[in-house]
Amino acid sequence: MAAARDLLRFSPSFRYGAFILVVVLSLVALSFFSPYEPDRNRVVPRNKPPSELYVFGTNANGQDVFWMLTFAVRNSLIIAGLAVIIGRSIGVLLGMISGYIGGTLDRVLSSIVDSFIVIPRLPLLILIAAIFRGQMTMISLGFLLGFLDWAYPSKRYRAQILSLREREFTHTAVFAGMSTLKIVLQEHLPFLIPYLLADAVSGFLFAIGFEITLSVLGLSDLSAQSIGTMIYWGNYYHAMLSNTIWILAAPVGASIVIVVGFYLVSLGLSTYLDPRTRLVRLQVKGQ
Amino acid sequence: MTLLKEFILPRLAQWLVVIFVGTTITFVIPRLSPINPVDQAMARISSFQNVEPETVVALRNSFEELYGLKGSVFEQYLNFWKRVVRGDLGPSFFAFPEPVTELIGTSIAWTVGLLATSTILAWLLGLFLGSLAGFFPHRWWSRLLDTSVIVVYPIPYYILAFVLLLLFTYYLPIFPLVGGGQGLPRLTLDYILSVLHHGFLPAVSIIIGAAAFRFIVSRALASTERSSDYVQYAEMAALPKRKILFSYVIRNTMLPQVTDLGLSLGAIFEGALITEVVFGYPGLGYTLYNAVNSSDYNLIMGITLLSIVGIATASLLIDLSYPLFDPRVRYR
Repeated sequence: MAAARDLLRFSPSFRYGAFILVVVLSLVALSFFSPYEPDRNRVVPRNKPPSELYVFGTNANGQDVFWMLTFAVRNSLIIAGLAVIIGRSIGVLLGMISGYIGGTLDRVLSSIVDSFIVIPRLPLLILIAAIFRGQMTMISLGFLLGFLDWAYPSKRYRAQILSLREREFTHTAVFAGMSTLKIVLQEHLPFLIPYLLADAVSGFLFAIGFEITLSVLGLSDLSAQSIGTMIYWGNYYHAMLSNTIWILAAPVGASIVIVVGFYLVSLGLSTYLDPRTRLVRLQVKGQ
Repeated sequence: MTLLKEFILPRLAQWLVVIFVGTTITFVIPRLSPINPVDQAMARISSFQNVEPETVVALRNSFEELYGLKGSVFEQYLNFWKRVVRGDLGPSFFAFPEPVTELIGTSIAWTVGLLATSTILAWLLGLFLGSLAGFFPHRWWSRLLDTSVIVVYPIPYYILAFVLLLLFTYYLPIFPLVGGGQGLPRLTLDYILSVLHHGFLPAVSIIIGAAAFRFIVSRALASTERSSDYVQYAEMAALPKRKILFSYVIRNTMLPQVTDLGLSLGAIFEGALITEVVFGYPGLGYTLYNAVNSSDYNLIMGITLLSIVGIATASLLIDLSYPLFDPRVRYR
């Protein structure tokens, strides 16, 4: 709690980012009060520009773009959240096994991880998505993105754990007779959690970008609402050529706002975690 | 000798492992698909005319042969490797008799031309501006650059390219909407100018995205160097700032930067898929997109394979050239 207060007070980027994320989350909360079902067509007049009645206008299928956007943001965040949870779980687990057990197992795991880092993800993802086209759901897309985004995190956690293992306090704990599990959970985990937070945000950015890319190429579940599928359908009905640009502007704008918000938060977090800048901040406080 | 045994050989082994794993993955994934390309091809043919049962069997056999789907999975796997080693990736399903290698060959020139230019330009631009901003963190232009990069960097590439396309082909129609050049490929001034005109917007979108990332990395590296002892010594010795920045700070940050440049040049073979789709540019990525849309598995596998080999080889070459740059590796 104290950390959050400090961050809000001393890091402008965290402050702006947190504000943006609150706006985004309230958009998500609004989706539960939508007057329309997400996939009902022709509930409002078609292709109307933004007005007091329809804040972001209406689309070619007679749906209100604002309410669609609330569902889209919710689904995109769910996909990204799922991908982050799966990717980080694999990453943390492998990194911990690799870092703590070491030896031959560490060498084998590390070379597997290094191979996965080298394999390009976009063609692989497109290949998989193309093959399972039409059967992809929002949930399976989240799983797929998660399974492709664990190699870098795992490498980073391994490095973290290797350095934690050599710290003085670990030796003290070992000599004091603390059990290994207790050392891992009570002494080391608190050091990993901040990194996990900053890392989760970058995972979010990756997943949101890839969801949009896959949907725009028509490779995700096109019947569900997400930021990517909104752009896909906007392009499909030639929003650009028929002068109904607001249909595209809403998801494009929303995606920019969301990623910038998340990025600002992660920037604030990582500056806060960096020991060198923390010293600078302490000096500021002391004056 | 120890360098060879402890450094070069393990690295070569890892390269082989990566290629092996990547090739195996490209072999396995299409076979998980519920769609059988042979059935699809048969359906395409028999939808136009009535076919004799014997012909159906013969056709099926020859299609299975062509698509490498004959025999058990293990036999298919062995044959797949044999063909990969020979450089024969089979025919494209969509542009039927044309071999995949030929399709890749015609599109790769466009991609390499566009990507090599924009990757190198983005690298130079990001390196230069980032180092400047990291070395002079309190100037107004440094803060301005910093803020704009923070806003631009996290934006998904597709959105960036799409907004550029909207702005400069639709609202302000200065650039063409699709294509790589006008007229037949010849060495005339007109044609070269039209290639530059068509390639400008895609290149700008790539440069903005890649330079923003390079800026962040260079800025962080340069600001770390700035606080180190030798820079303070140089400042006390009253060396000109320009000289400190260019001859010492940037040179000391070069190693990771060169690595990244090599890796991104290797990633060229991945094709700039989204760039080429958004701008209708006739390169590898666009070919991959069309292949995906027409379920042309041979072509998809070919391009995936090429990109895996490209990136793995690039990172191998970089690692092997480390001893040339870095004395710590050289003397080990």
